[in-house]
Amino acid sequence: MNAEQASSEVTQVPKVDSPLKRAMKDFYNKLKKNKTALFGGYLIIFLIVVAIVGPYLTSFNPSETDYSVKLQGPSAEHWFGTDHHGRDIFTRIIHGLGITMGIGFFSTLIGSIVGIFLGIVSGYYGGKIDSVIMRLMDILLAFPGILLALALISILGASLQNVVIAIAIFAIPTFARIVRGSTLATKNLEYIDAMRALGASDIRIIFKHIFPNILSPIIVQASLFIATAVLSASGLSFLGLGVQPPSPELGAILSDGKDFMWDAGHIALFPGLGIMVIVLAFNVFGDGLRDALDPKMKN
Amino acid sequence: MFQFIVRRLFQLIPVLLGVTILVFSLMHLSPGNPAHIIAGESAPESTVQQIEERLGLNDPIPVQYANFLKDVVTLDFGNSWRTSLPVSTELWPKFWVTFELAIYSTIFSIFLGLIAGIISAVRQYSVADVSIMLVALFGLSMPNFWLGLMLMQWFSINLGWLPPTGWGTPEQIIMPVFTLGTMGAAVIARMTRSSMLDVITQDYIRTARAKGLKEKVVIYRHALKNALIPVVTVVGLQFGGLLAGAVLTESVFAINGMGKLVVDRILARDFPVVQAAVLVMAVVFVFVNLIVDVSYKFLNKRIDLD
Repeated sequence: MNAEQASSEVTQVPKVDSPLKRAMKDFYNKLKKNKTALFGGYLIIFLIVVAIVGPYLTSFNPSETDYSVKLQGPSAEHWFGTDHHGRDIFTRIIHGLGITMGIGFFSTLIGSIVGIFLGIVSGYYGGKIDSVIMRLMDILLAFPGILLALALISILGASLQNVVIAIAIFAIPTFARIVRGSTLATKNLEYIDAMRALGASDIRIIFKHIFPNILSPIIVQASLFIATAVLSASGLSFLGLGVQPPSPELGAILSDGKDFMWDAGHIALFPGLGIMVIVLAFNVFGDGLRDALDPKMKN
Repeated sequence: MFQFIVRRLFQLIPVLLGVTILVFSLMHLSPGNPAHIIAGESAPESTVQQIEERLGLNDPIPVQYANFLKDVVTLDFGNSWRTSLPVSTELWPKFWVTFELAIYSTIFSIFLGLIAGIISAVRQYSVADVSIMLVALFGLSMPNFWLGLMLMQWFSINLGWLPPTGWGTPEQIIMPVFTLGTMGAAVIARMTRSSMLDVITQDYIRTARAKGLKEKVVIYRHALKNALIPVVTVVGLQFGGLLAGAVLTESVFAINGMGKLVVDRILARDFPVVQAAVLVMAVVFVFVNLIVDVSYKFLNKRIDLD
């Protein structure tokens, strides 16, 4: 089908939205009705705004040391106190928020793109390619939790970029499995058969008709996985195998400060709370969304 | 039933082979010549070549893999590059520590999760239900290493009630088990609640109530049995999370288990130990999943028979 034909087709039926647009509208309408999901969504937006705007508003520099005020408790000047280098912990957390959330977001994005691709290919084409892909996913899933990420870091070395790669690989099988299941459920629907009978290409069917249909479970999974990714990333940094200490990544702040906990309790309290708020926001959003999209799950 | 187990065991073979290939590749993808790492920075070339020969590093990759597989099957993981001790000597005592930690934490999370989940479901939308679900949500969102640090701060530093580190005595066990088991308890509580609520609305429960059975009998004898089935799967999946979480928990409480060993040896670039530990954890996880699958099938069958 050439571009001219395609555009004339669109002008003939101007009032019908594309399947993707319809899926998005439907998604938004359901989201609006679920208060939990909305709360999670607002919390996420709030955290993103703080992570972007916050660093310009703090009165200290996240890496500026001042040994005259080291290990001080929370005060009017240093809201969350100072660490063993006299750095302002509040400032460091505001700067670290973006790094921690960024790792969660990008690792999930990369992992989900690869996972979605593999899942669609597996579910849509079936047969041998399906078996091969799914066995590969089984192998990746045989490594519990962050263990695969740990093993990958042991080869790649600890750095921000490698943490993103390691967690992205950890994300692939989860997405591939969910997408495969949804694709299988969608591809045998009658209207997909009708599209095929009308001569639509596989690519067109996949992108225009299957993808919009499986979008909701993907968004739910993505939100829940960002929570897992943030926990994993901060865990890796805490072990010294992730983002390295002068960086204010929240897990790295914890790792850096934990040895001074005996003298200054606040040093470990606030960065951990920061991680928890991020994870909570994505968990609440994902949970609420799942309830909103799946009427059976609603109790 | 027997056939089902045998079939699932056969299905494990390609997965386990894949796991060994991946773990084997780790060592070969890692930068640096292992012989150089073992011999040290300033070792003469002849020593390095000797070590290369001894480790079979000059053999073609498939031969090396075959040898590796043979070693894995016979549980011989070679010697540590750092301590020169056989890897198995270093690994097994630590394996049991982690195993104990994981088992205690599983028991803790099942116990706490089930009770909380049942209370929540039976009193849906009550204050108790809402508070339990809120606590579970926090439990699910808390980084466990941070929870460990906070417990340590309260119970060891401020109150002086519990020893901050180590493993063995009952006092030493409390905080690590709580740290590691909390997330599992939260997941199990949520799963139990939703599964109970699903079951409670079914016809046979209404029938049981209509017959005039006491609510306690209805809940514990009729509803709970069926509600537990999905929970079994969650417990199995949680076990994987537990193995990985043990890495963090052991680091926080300085417990000499397999998790801490992995981290220490990654930092020391001691690959044979890392390789063996990762392999062991993956194999344990695969078999736990098999047990879960089998018990799931078993539980379902019981219901068919009933």
